[in-house]
Amino acid sequence: MTDRPSWAPPGIDITVPSVSRVYDYFLGGSHNFEVDREAARVALKAIPAIPKVGQANRAAMRRAVRHAVGRGIDQFLDIGSGIPTFGNVHEVVHTLNPAANVVYVDNDPVAVAHSKAVLDGNEHATIAAADLRDPRSVLDHPETQRMLDLDRPVALLLVAVLHFLRDTDNAYAVVGELRDALAPGSVLVITHATPQAGLLSDDQRRVQDVYQRTSTPLIMRTVPEVERFFTGFELLDPGVVPLNHWRPDTPPSDDDDPALLTGLAGVGLKA
Amino acid sequence: MTAQPAAPRCRAAGGTARAVGRTGGGPALSTSRDNLARFAAIWSRAIYPVTATSMTSAEFEQHLLPLARLLRDTLHAERFDPRAAIRVGEGLVAAHCTDPESLPSILGVIDAYLVLYCGPGLDLPAEECRVRCSRLQHAVAVGFSHALRERTLYEQESISRAALNAKTEAESALAASEARFRAVFETAAVGIGIADLEGNVLEVNESLTRMLGSESYIRHRRAGDWTHPDNGPEGDSLNRELARGERDHYHIEKAYPRADGSVLWADVQVSLLRDAAGRPQYQLGLLEDITERRRLLERLRHQATHDALTALPNRALFFERLDRALSTTDEHGADRADRRIGVCYLDLDGFKAVNDSLGHAVGDRLLVAVAERLRRCVTSPDQLVARIGGDEFVAVYADPPSLAAVTELAGRILKALSTPVLLDDRQLPVHGSIGVVHGPVGTRGAADVLRSADITMYRAKELGGNRYEVADPDADARAITRHGLTNQLPSALRHGEFFVEYQPLIGLEDGVVLGAEALVRWCHPVHGVLGPDQFIPLAESTGQIVPLGRWVLEQAAQQARDWQDRRFTGPAPRINVNLSPVQLTHPDLVAEVAAVLDETGLPPSALCLEVTESALIGANEDALKPLRRIADLGVAIALDDFGTGYSNLSSLRWLPVSVLKLDRSFTRGMRQHPADPVEMKIVEGIVSLAHTLNLTVTVEGVETRTQAEHLRALGCDTAQGWYYGKAGPADQLHALTLADAV
Ligand SMILES: C[S@@+](CC[C@H](N)C(=O)[O-])C[C@H]1O[C@@H](n2cnc3c(N)ncnc32)[C@H](O)[C@@H]1O
Repeated sequence: MTDRPSWAPPGIDITVPSVSRVYDYFLGGSHNFEVDREAARVALKAIPAIPKVGQANRAAMRRAVRHAVGRGIDQFLDIGSGIPTFGNVHEVVHTLNPAANVVYVDNDPVAVAHSKAVLDGNEHATIAAADLRDPRSVLDHPETQRMLDLDRPVALLLVAVLHFLRDTDNAYAVVGELRDALAPGSVLVITHATPQAGLLSDDQRRVQDVYQRTSTPLIMRTVPEVERFFTGFELLDPGVVPLNHWRPDTPPSDDDDPALLTGLAGVGLKA
Repeated sequence: MTAQPAAPRCRAAGGTARAVGRTGGGPALSTSRDNLARFAAIWSRAIYPVTATSMTSAEFEQHLLPLARLLRDTLHAERFDPRAAIRVGEGLVAAHCTDPESLPSILGVIDAYLVLYCGPGLDLPAEECRVRCSRLQHAVAVGFSHALRERTLYEQESISRAALNAKTEAESALAASEARFRAVFETAAVGIGIADLEGNVLEVNESLTRMLGSESYIRHRRAGDWTHPDNGPEGDSLNRELARGERDHYHIEKAYPRADGSVLWADVQVSLLRDAAGRPQYQLGLLEDITERRRLLERLRHQATHDALTALPNRALFFERLDRALSTTDEHGADRADRRIGVCYLDLDGFKAVNDSLGHAVGDRLLVAVAERLRRCVTSPDQLVARIGGDEFVAVYADPPSLAAVTELAGRILKALSTPVLLDDRQLPVHGSIGVVHGPVGTRGAADVLRSADITMYRAKELGGNRYEVADPDADARAITRHGLTNQLPSALRHGEFFVEYQPLIGLEDGVVLGAEALVRWCHPVHGVLGPDQFIPLAESTGQIVPLGRWVLEQAAQQARDWQDRRFTGPAPRINVNLSPVQLTHPDLVAEVAAVLDETGLPPSALCLEVTESALIGANEDALKPLRRIADLGVAIALDDFGTGYSNLSSLRWLPVSVLKLDRSFTRGMRQHPADPVEMKIVEGIVSLAHTLNLTVTVEGVETRTQAEHLRALGCDTAQGWYYGKAGPADQLHALTLADAV
C-alpha cells in the first residue's frame, strides 16, 4: 500500500479483527466484536496464559509510568495506546500529578473514536490519530503540538506496539527519529513480544498466525534486538528483562506462569 | 482453592480473634480490624489470579478492604439486610474482576472465612450466622452479575458507537475528499481520465474531451486503442507493469490521434489506484497538451540545426551526428567499438572567383543549387550532408560497410556536380575537391576526424581539384603542420609567439666573444618551440617573412645596442641577422635597415646581414642593388652556407660581401685527430682565397676543441658552434667565459 492517494482516508472494516479490540478482550473487556473474540479464542487455545501476559504488560507499564513521574516527567506520549480500559496511563499519571499532560496515539480508527469519547472534556489527556510508522505524523499532529513541549523531557511509551512493526517498516529508524525529537532527560518505555526460550514454539507460531489475519502481523524480537531500540538511550536497571522482572513491587516467583517470559520490558534515559 | 478446613462455628472465630489480640497486644477494636485485614488478604489471594486487573496484589488487597468491611458490617447489623452486599459485587467488577469464572472464588472465600474472621461472636447463634452468610453471598452474586452485565452492555455499546463514529468520520472524510476531487477533476486544465486495469476508459473530464476531440470518440474505448507510429514500445510495457501492480507511477510523452485525425502530443502521468487492501484497481491518467510547445521546440530545433540559406543540416547538427557516429556505444548503451566512420569533406573549386566576379547573390544561388544536388546523393538514413561553412559541405556516413562505400559516396557527389548549374541562362560549372576519411571509431574525436578530412581535401585541391583523395595518416601529419602553421603565422606574430635567441660568435685568434647570430624561434601554443627550419620556408612562401624578418632585425639590433651599453668596452659587438631572399626583393628593405640603425643608434659596422649563397649567385645587378646600398651604409654582408651551392668562385669578387660563412659540411672531418687531410686542404684554399678578396671567414658548427684548433691553425677568423655555446637567451652571452677558446 505504498502510494495510496492521500485523499483517500483509511476505510474501516469491523469484519476484520483489530489488534486493539483483541487485546481488550484479553484484558477482560467487552470493547470487542465477535470477529475479535473469535480470533482471540484461537490465540487463547494455543497459549491460555495470554491474558496474564497482557495483565503483566499493563502492570509493567504502570510501574514504568510511575518511575517516570518520580523523575519529574510531566508529559507522556503513548503511541499504540489501544482501547482505554481500567488503569490507563492518564489515570496512573493523574493520581500522582493531576497537571501532567498525556497524548495517546493510535492508528486504529475505532480505538481513536473510543478514546475520544472517554477523554471528552479531559483537559490533560487527548488522543491523536496517527501512524507510528510515520513518526512525523505523530510529532507534527496538532494534538501533540498543542499538548507537549518537546523541548522538555517526555516519557515516550511504545508499549506492546513495536512488535507490530516489521523490519520493512524500518522499526529502528522510526524509533531513532522519535528519539531525535526528544529533549535530554526524556525516557523511552518499551514492552515487546519475544520468542520463548530463544525458539518460536508451535504455540507462539499459532498466535502469530492469528495476528497475520489482523493485517498487523506480530514480530517477536530477541533481547539484543529489543535492546537495539534503546540506541541513544542509557538503559536503566535492570535492562531489558521479562515483564514481571522490571522493578517489580513484589519479587517474581518461580511459580509465575512461564508464558510471562514471552514479554520483555525496558526503560531508557536520553542523556 | 484454599486447603484450610472451614471452621464449623462462630465461636471459633472468637478464639482466633483472641489469639490475634494476644500477639498484637492491642485493644479489641484493633483486633477486629486486623481480622478484617486478614480476611481481605485471603480474599485477595484467591481472587487476584483470576482477575484481569493491572493493580499489584497489594493494591488489590487495599481495594478489597472496604468491600470486606461492608460485608462484615452487613453481617453484624442488628437488622440484617443482605441487599447492601450487592454493592460488594459491583465493586469487584469495577476493580476489573470481569471474568465470570472468578465468582466461585469470590463466594468461596466469603463462605469459608467471613464468619470465621469477621463473625459477630457469641451475640448471634451459629445457625443465624450461616444463613446470613449465604444470603450475603447471594447478594454479592447478584451485584456481580448485574454489574458485569451493565458493564458489558455499556462497553459493547460504547465500542459500537466508537465504530460507528469512526465509520462516519471516515465516510465524511471520504465524502469531503471526493467532493474536492470532483471539483478538481471537473475544472482542471489538465486532461484527467480514469480507466480500469485493462484500460477501459471509465471517466474523463472536460479538458481531456476537448483535447481528444469529442466525447463519443472517447467513450467505450480502451486507452491502448489510441496508437500512433511516433510512440515507442516503452509506453506499453510501462503500462503493463503498472496494471500488474509492479509500479505505482510512470511519466511519458506520447502522441495520440485526435478525432479529426490530427495529432495530440501529451505529457502523460499515469498513477495506479489501489483498493484498501493494496490491490491494483484503477489507473489515473493526467494529460497535458504539449502539442504547441513541441511544435515550437521542433521549429526552434530545426532552426538551430539547419543552415538558413540551403536548409541543409548545419555545423551543429553535423557535429552531433558525427559525435554519435563516433561513439563506441549505440543508443541503447550496447558496446559498438567495432563500428567504423566515414566522412567526405567537400570544398567547391573556384567558388571564391564566382562570388567575386558575379556577386554574392549569384554565389548564394549557386550554393542552394549545389545543396539540392548534394541532398540527392544521400541514399540512406545513416548518411547526412551538412553545410559547415561558406562553400564547405560534409557528408557523414555512420558505420559504412567499407572504404569503397565511402568513396562511392564521394564519387556520387563529384558526379552530381559534374553538370554545370544553370542560373539565368548562364551555365556555371561547379567542381569540388573531396577529402575522404574512413576508419574505426574510438580512436579519435570529431574535431580530429574533420581536420583530417579538411587536410585531405586540400591535398585533392593541390592535385588539381575535381577529385577525391583518401586520408593517409602520414600525409596528414605533414600537411597538418604545414597547413596549420602557415595559417597561424600572422596571428602568432601579433600575439608575440616569436622570440630571438643568440649564438655566440668567437674570434678564433684570441677566443674573445665578438658578437652573436640572432636566431628566431616560435613558441607555438600546441607544438612547443619550433626552430626556423620548421616555419621560415612557410613564412617565405606566404610573404609573412617580410614582417617577421623586420621584427627579428629590430629585436636583434636593440639587443646589440643593449650589450654595447652595458658590457663591452672595446669594439662594438657584432650582431648577425639572417635575410631571406624574399626580403631582398622587398622594395622597403634598405629604408627599413636604415631606420632600424637610426632608431637603435647601433653603429652600422656592428650589424651583419647574412644572405644565402643561393640567393646571390646568379643574381643580376638590379637584384644586388639594395644589398649594395646596405653595404654602403657600412653594414657587413655575410655569404651564408657557403659551399652548398654551385658557387662561381670568381663572382665573389663582384658581390657586396665582406664575410664568408663556411658551411659545417666542410669541417666535419676535423672534429677528431688526425683530421681529414683533403678537407684540411680545401678549407686552407678557401681561406686563402677569401683573405685574398679581403673577406673574413666564419666557420659554423664547431663542436670540438680539436676542430677549433685545426680551424685556427688554418687561419679562419671567427667560429660558432656548440663547442662555444648554443643559441640561448641574450643574457647567456654575459656569462660566457672564454678560457677554453684560447
Ligand atoms: C497490543 S495494543 C497495546 C495497547 C497499550 N499500549 C497497552 O500496552 O496496553 C497495540 C495497539 O497498537 C496499535 N497499533 C498497531 N500498529 C500501530 C501503528 N503503526 N501506529 C499506531 N498504533 C498502532 C493498535 O491499534 C493497538 O491499539
